[in-house]
Amino acid sequence: MTYTIEGKTGPWELVIGLEVHAQVISEAKLFSGAATSFGAAPNHQVSFVDAAFPGMLPVINRECVAQAVRTGLGLDAEIHLESRFDRKNYFYADLPAGYQISQYQHPIVGRGVIEIERADGSIRAIGITRLHLEQDAGKSLHDQHPSKTYIDLNRAGVALMEIVSEPDLRSPEEAGAYLRKLRTILRYLGTCDGNMDEGSMRADVNVSVRKAGEPFRTRCEVKNVNSVRFVMQAIEAEARRQIAVWEEGGVVSQETRLFEPARGITRSMRSKEDAHDYRYFPDPDLLPLILDPAWVEALRAGLPELPDAKKRRFMAEYGLPAYDAGVLVAEQASAEYYEAVARGRDGKFAANWVIGDLFAALNRTGRAIETSPVSPAALGALLDLMTDGTINGRIAKDVFEEMVASGDPPGEIVARKNLRQVTDTGAIEQAVAGVLAANADKVADYKAGKDKLFGFFVGQVMKAMAGKGNPALVNDVLRRHLA
Amino acid sequence: MSLTDLTLADARELLARREISARELSEAHLEAIEKLNPRLNAFITVTPELALAQAEAADRAYAAGEAGPLAGLPLAIKDLFCTEGVRTTAASLMLENFVPPYESTVTARLRAAGAVFVGKTNLDEFAMGSSNMTSAFGAVANPWTRAGDAAALVPGGSSGGSAAAVAARLALGATGTDTGGSIRQPASFCGIAGMKPTYGRCSRFGIIAFASSLDQAGPMARNVEDCAILLTAMAGFDPKDSTSADRPVPDFHAACTRGVTGLRIGVPKEYAAPGMPDEIAALWQAGRDWLRAAGAELVEISLPHSEYALATYYIVAPAECSSNLARYDGVRFGRREDGADLIEMYERTRAAGFGAEVKRRILIGTYVLSAGYYDAYYLRAQKVRSLILGDFTAAFARCDAILTPTAPSAAFAQGEKMDDPVKMYLNDIYTVPASLAGLPAMSVPVGLNQEGLPLGLQVIGRPFDEETVFAVADKIEKAAGFSARPALRAGG
Repeated sequence: MTYTIEGKTGPWELVIGLEVHAQVISEAKLFSGAATSFGAAPNHQVSFVDAAFPGMLPVINRECVAQAVRTGLGLDAEIHLESRFDRKNYFYADLPAGYQISQYQHPIVGRGVIEIERADGSIRAIGITRLHLEQDAGKSLHDQHPSKTYIDLNRAGVALMEIVSEPDLRSPEEAGAYLRKLRTILRYLGTCDGNMDEGSMRADVNVSVRKAGEPFRTRCEVKNVNSVRFVMQAIEAEARRQIAVWEEGGVVSQETRLFEPARGITRSMRSKEDAHDYRYFPDPDLLPLILDPAWVEALRAGLPELPDAKKRRFMAEYGLPAYDAGVLVAEQASAEYYEAVARGRDGKFAANWVIGDLFAALNRTGRAIETSPVSPAALGALLDLMTDGTINGRIAKDVFEEMVASGDPPGEIVARKNLRQVTDTGAIEQAVAGVLAANADKVADYKAGKDKLFGFFVGQVMKAMAGKGNPALVNDVLRRHLA
Repeated sequence: MSLTDLTLADARELLARREISARELSEAHLEAIEKLNPRLNAFITVTPELALAQAEAADRAYAAGEAGPLAGLPLAIKDLFCTEGVRTTAASLMLENFVPPYESTVTARLRAAGAVFVGKTNLDEFAMGSSNMTSAFGAVANPWTRAGDAAALVPGGSSGGSAAAVAARLALGATGTDTGGSIRQPASFCGIAGMKPTYGRCSRFGIIAFASSLDQAGPMARNVEDCAILLTAMAGFDPKDSTSADRPVPDFHAACTRGVTGLRIGVPKEYAAPGMPDEIAALWQAGRDWLRAAGAELVEISLPHSEYALATYYIVAPAECSSNLARYDGVRFGRREDGADLIEMYERTRAAGFGAEVKRRILIGTYVLSAGYYDAYYLRAQKVRSLILGDFTAAFARCDAILTPTAPSAAFAQGEKMDDPVKMYLNDIYTVPASLAGLPAMSVPVGLNQEGLPLGLQVIGRPFDEETVFAVADKIEKAAGFSARPALRAGG
């Protein structure tokens, strides 16, 4: 089913491509030794190279190159053993050299692919056109002085990976899924932290619309969108705008636009005519970047298991349905947590508890899984107490809540609160007899054919036993007594 | 004995034997600067305090037996090399008051070798020029004048201040930079020796960039041997310059006396074009004769694409300069002219900060990189550049070094050739091909023209084979026996 937007003239399809700028995780900047950590005081992480002082020269940071190669490998992409750096020339106050060092004609990474999962569970492969390395610019602060602009160069020169997709995306949801999947992969690889709110991942969105079966129409680029939700909203808003233009007999002209989340619209930033002439040319300060194939292979060998592979393995190894596996691998920490619980136990049982009770508790308490109040070992121990019959599933829920609240191990809670399951048939017989005696009318109804009342009797017996009765034994005894 | 008339090698010998002190040697040069610089304008900044401090340190080092290879030797530094704590202007109003908080690698190496810096020398603004006329700090006078004519001549450029300072005995040697001939042409005009090493031999770190793929630092001195001594100290791999060559630095001094027996000297047939002045053609012929007499074999070679070298250079160099000079925007350092908004600040700053020649080259460079023109100009120029390199590679299969004139004329008068930039650019016709090919090339003084002005010959070598260049140049120098001295000089 193709996603469409209904216009006055009928349905319109969307064609979307994304350019994602991902800040590389590295100690130092792309071409200087200056530090990169977020939140330093303004202009405290700036070298003379970053500030483009006279006579300063760029020297490539090997770790940034390794991160780009790792990312390329993680996107199943071609690694170009020879790539080049070009200068992209334009004047701006926060661009110290008057040019950005980027890779224009010969990027370090070529074609790759990202698989996204759609709402109906089907998989779509989205093409990656290229990934290249470039420098970030500094930041202009316009609100510090009534007439002047302040410049913070901490970010100037930080390494970015620009990851360009093919125009393969066909709906806001697919674009959202693509961004989330890309972010997951980058986080698994440890090459970008993916924090869109800190600006370490930003997206430029290319959108066009067309009637079914048509070739591509003119696209517009919506610049610098900084959350998955805004990307999806920007696509919808921009597509509706273009549909209106076409349907009113107008022509969409290629331009760069900005998304205004508060108003839910895009507005023109500059037209194609006003576009910069960047005068790209090879940076004469840098030699071509030549990679040793053995070095690339060593990086490949050092890659972590990536989400798609991990998902397939979870399905095969732990017998999980695709949905559960997908949820668990979305974050590396969740997958690790799950595996620590599931190893040597029933995989589906473990998944139910991690996805259900644990995730709910984390949401409720606002904790990340890395700082979960219940450790994987403790949750595993709780599962073991159910499996070996020490407690039943209902009691386990209570024990789990107590674990969340106190951080105590489950065995201790069970012992302290005397929650061990009652498997003594004598005690169960006694409780059953009491419940049946007190509900003679219902017993009569049951025997007259009201089968549903069985659940009521179970509930009453468990209540009488403070929830500790072994459910299987309670069922057996009840059946015998009601037979 | 005049302390300012010593060669660098002789001064070093006397210092080592402690027959003279570094302090008196420096003082002699500082006095000469004080006396002659008002007429020559060879220095933008004189650094007597720094020089005397370095000289005293050198004297202590000699006393302790720990003197470096250049200890106590007074040098002039082209004002394109950033020197920590010492104003560095590139002869531009843009950097009129710029004091770098860092040191260029080349000058740091010279300092480490114990050299004494007497000052920062004048140059064409941002090294763009062949006459030193484009300096924002005024023209430099060539210490040489025409016989019977007191008119001030240009020292050549862009390293004109360095050449004039060395020729006038204001320093024993100097640093220059050469992008299309900026060491060799002024050396030829001022009757001194100057070496542009292989691209990558000296670090460009801390040298204010003109055209990054061409810029190269090199020594200027009164003879070949002194250049070799200086280059040995200046050269070497620098991890701060990605284009510097990671290879050992040979003992260039030792190479000077290798001789030329058995060497094949290439003479490019295309350079013997009509229009070459007879006296230059005659000196070129003399150079061949000297080398043949010294045991070398002369071979005719062909450099067919050289005729396109100048046009190629004047696309590549301005293209790079237009980008390299974008950083002078008034935001972080250097000159700033306030404006109502950012664009106006840029426009006013760059209008006030740059001179006419710099603006011309920025405009040319911006044009040749523009959408729609890139392929026709920049890309084509890069292809021709490869062909020029290919010419040299083919030639060096048949010869070990190439001999040409350095410049098509002797020094001309200040103000000449200013009406037509192309006439000025033609000064570099013999020097530009080796620049585009990144090859080591040296100018050595060989004689005087009829007006009594010095002329030089150029020796070009294989990549990283400065040793053969020094050996050939040394032989020419010895055979030529060039001993003329300019009218305007210390002790003169």
